[in-house]
Amino acid sequence: MNAPEKVRAMDTWMKVGAVEDIPPLGARVVQSTHGDIAVFRNAENEVFALLDKCPHKGGPLSQGIVFGRHVACPLHNWSIGLADGEAVAPDVGCAQRFAVKVENGEVLLNISK
Amino acid sequence: MKKMKLVMVGNGMAGVRTLEEILKISPDLYEITVFGAEPHANYNRILLSPVLAGEMTLKEIMLNDVDWYEKNGITLHLNKQITKIDRVARKVIAADGTEESYDRLLLATGSNPFVLPIPGKDLPGVITYRDIHDTNAMIEAAGKYKHAVVIGGGLLGLEAANGLKLRGMDVTVVHLAEWLMERQLDKTAADMLKKSLENKGLRFLLRKQTTAILANAEGRVGRLSFSDGEEIPADLVVMAVGIKPNDDLAKSAGIHCTRGIVVSDTMQTYDPRIYAVGECVSHRGIAYGLVAPLFEMGKVCANHLAHLGIGRYEGSVTSTKLKVTGVDLFSAGNFQGAADTEEIVLHDAIGGVYKKIVLKDDRIVGSVMVGDTGDGAWYFQMLRDKKNVSEIRDHLMFGQAHLGNTGHQGQSNAAQMADSMEVCGCNGVCKGVIVKAIKEKGLFTLEDVRKHTKASSSCGSCTGLVEQILASTVGGAYAPQLNKNKPMCACTDHTHEEVRMAIRDRHLLTIPNVMRLMEWRTPDGCASCRPAINYYVLSTWPHEAKDDPQSRFINERAHANIQKDGTYSVIPRMYGGSTSAAELRRIADVVDKYKIPMVKVTGGQRIDLLGVKKADLPKVWADLDMPSGHAYAKALRTVKTCVGSEWCRFGVQDSTQMGIDLERAFAKMYAPHKVKFAVSGCPRNCAESGIKDVGVIGVDSGWEIYVAGNGGIKTEVAQFLCKVKTAEEVLEYSGAFLQVYREEARYLDRTVHWVARVGLDYVKQRVIEDAEGRKALYGRLLYALQGEKDPWRERAQGAAKHEFEALTV
Repeated sequence: MNAPEKVRAMDTWMKVGAVEDIPPLGARVVQSTHGDIAVFRNAENEVFALLDKCPHKGGPLSQGIVFGRHVACPLHNWSIGLADGEAVAPDVGCAQRFAVKVENGEVLLNISK
Repeated sequence: MKKMKLVMVGNGMAGVRTLEEILKISPDLYEITVFGAEPHANYNRILLSPVLAGEMTLKEIMLNDVDWYEKNGITLHLNKQITKIDRVARKVIAADGTEESYDRLLLATGSNPFVLPIPGKDLPGVITYRDIHDTNAMIEAAGKYKHAVVIGGGLLGLEAANGLKLRGMDVTVVHLAEWLMERQLDKTAADMLKKSLENKGLRFLLRKQTTAILANAEGRVGRLSFSDGEEIPADLVVMAVGIKPNDDLAKSAGIHCTRGIVVSDTMQTYDPRIYAVGECVSHRGIAYGLVAPLFEMGKVCANHLAHLGIGRYEGSVTSTKLKVTGVDLFSAGNFQGAADTEEIVLHDAIGGVYKKIVLKDDRIVGSVMVGDTGDGAWYFQMLRDKKNVSEIRDHLMFGQAHLGNTGHQGQSNAAQMADSMEVCGCNGVCKGVIVKAIKEKGLFTLEDVRKHTKASSSCGSCTGLVEQILASTVGGAYAPQLNKNKPMCACTDHTHEEVRMAIRDRHLLTIPNVMRLMEWRTPDGCASCRPAINYYVLSTWPHEAKDDPQSRFINERAHANIQKDGTYSVIPRMYGGSTSAAELRRIADVVDKYKIPMVKVTGGQRIDLLGVKKADLPKVWADLDMPSGHAYAKALRTVKTCVGSEWCRFGVQDSTQMGIDLERAFAKMYAPHKVKFAVSGCPRNCAESGIKDVGVIGVDSGWEIYVAGNGGIKTEVAQFLCKVKTAEEVLEYSGAFLQVYREEARYLDRTVHWVARVGLDYVKQRVIEDAEGRKALYGRLLYALQGEKDPWRERAQGAAKHEFEALTV
């Protein structure tokens, strides 16, 4: 979830809005060519981005309850790690991650990585 | 900060479970070192009998392998017996000279088998039954010799005898008492057990005292002689006459022991740096030999070692199941009864079923069962909860009230189910899968089974079956969670009731405040506790506490029901199931305009629009211009009605108007779970009032009110609360009932679960007998509902926009 120090030229960071646009312990959806991407914000104001699809049955993770560094999928309550996309054991599965960072209060998303 | 050093002596189930608990709640506090005298890592000792019987392998019963210790940074010394504790220098010393210093020492040295002090006890071929080594010795002997004698007809002795028989030996069980397992069974049950074991080919000599074990020509065991002069051949003798706490090490270090290391309720010994758990312990004068109490001790001990200081171990009531395939037997508590107890007995000698429930002051204090033990877990739960059973006494003997009746082919007895039969119809889990997971993964609790197999984790209908399977697979190690002490979730040790009380007594208005004052372990809770606390603060302090939408499940945050494809369903309110041409036209127009793919009439007499895109919701609501039906919420859903006296030739009351009035009065009412009403205009009850949270039935002279019915997972017939004369009274009585439920039930309790716990008498006392209290309750409900806005209208006018709009690049 942390952005690299230097952005490579070929990478494209897109502004998707202000941090304040995402409710703390909540998420917003960004529609992209990769499909919907869920951008989460936790209580510590950390920002994370995952493909909006639970590895279990494709539930929209953006609609789940965010706690700590996890989100509970709204369909069957799997817990998914926000930082790594991994389902909490004993469940197994992984949601695709995207690079996201905050600069000057702006949320920047990079869907090429 | 430098870590403190925790040393554990003994590497068995109780000790390692304590370490697991510490790692769970305070993983970085200690540098941990473990000394085990056996050459194995931690294995599931209670499954040694299935290994002996050839039903499982040693590999399958390992609980924590060597990698586990390494992964958790624990230093493990196997094959090293600690022989000395130097309490002044605070170190332990092993037989081979290894030393380790400690800040805290945990003694989990277990127990030793009792050996009869008779001539010949040390002969080759005479063994006890305690660990992997003994089990292997028995398996080896079974391959070479013919005659086995087991001394001791208790749990362990019978399991050993059964295993040796299955391995082809000719087995005799010698027992001193008048009947088998006299500490767990009454004579009737024991006689039935004896008969079924005799059918398996075992032989029994009861009231026999062994006086000597005699050698054969090769100096190995050859015969056994008894006090009455009789002798029998024996190539292998297994002594299973009991265990005694292994407190030798503690005693030699001067720690106070009386048949076990004496500990307080916090599992602390007389040396405050030294704790002890498991079979080596004497707690309030009792040493336990079953696994379930040991786990409870471990939990308490870990909590204190982690400096949290919460929880006391207050002793256990234990239950026993014999792990002999094909013999069903269960025993718990005081099964013998006494002068001040009563008994309910069912005895079918030919059918092989015997059930006895011992009651004292309307509570179950003991139970013993043979043949059909399906309800053992249920009885045991009520025994531990000290539940008053006077209301269910008449059908107590006939089965489990909390077992759902859909989704598992009508089965109610797990023992009779084949491995391939589906137990959990929601998640498609078969019995065999559950049994396998319990054995291989070392699961002991319902929660564990839910996590690993998903069985019973959705609708919960099969919970009773899963508990039965758990109980029969792990035997005496199974202990149902105490209902009254059950923590809200893994974030806290506090119960729902404690949290509710704190919110009320300390005037807590926000979730972070509750979590801070109640010392939550997690920074912002989890998906389970946050919605509960949000409900508790809002219902306790209406108009004061502020709703936290991020702590609501998506349906209540978006005010629509999420569907499997991520779209939503919209159900507008139709008071009492009544609508109009204008409403129906608007609905039809909305369906066309937003291309809504499915329109369906619901079971609650209204119309469901399915497949609405989230972004369209506010516009759909604006165009519908109808109130929210709250079909997505833990709140009042519908009031189902029949047409009543206005139209029906049988109707005696205007049930439709009553339903409309009730729904207008209580719409927008949030509750611990969804609430469904029905009003019928005559006792023909066409609105199905008998299976609703509140069911009202019109009779010629007034209205009957029924409560706590349920038509879902487990069909529960609503119970008669009272009869009233007027429609105003229907509102007041049902409103008061709902308010007690709102103020006192646990979040996600349906009315049926709550009433089952507190009892209908309590509800009657609050709502019927206490007239002033009833008016106050009704007043509080009306106050809470005052000025509550319609969520759809607010959002149609632009509130909470961010919830429905995507971010744009």
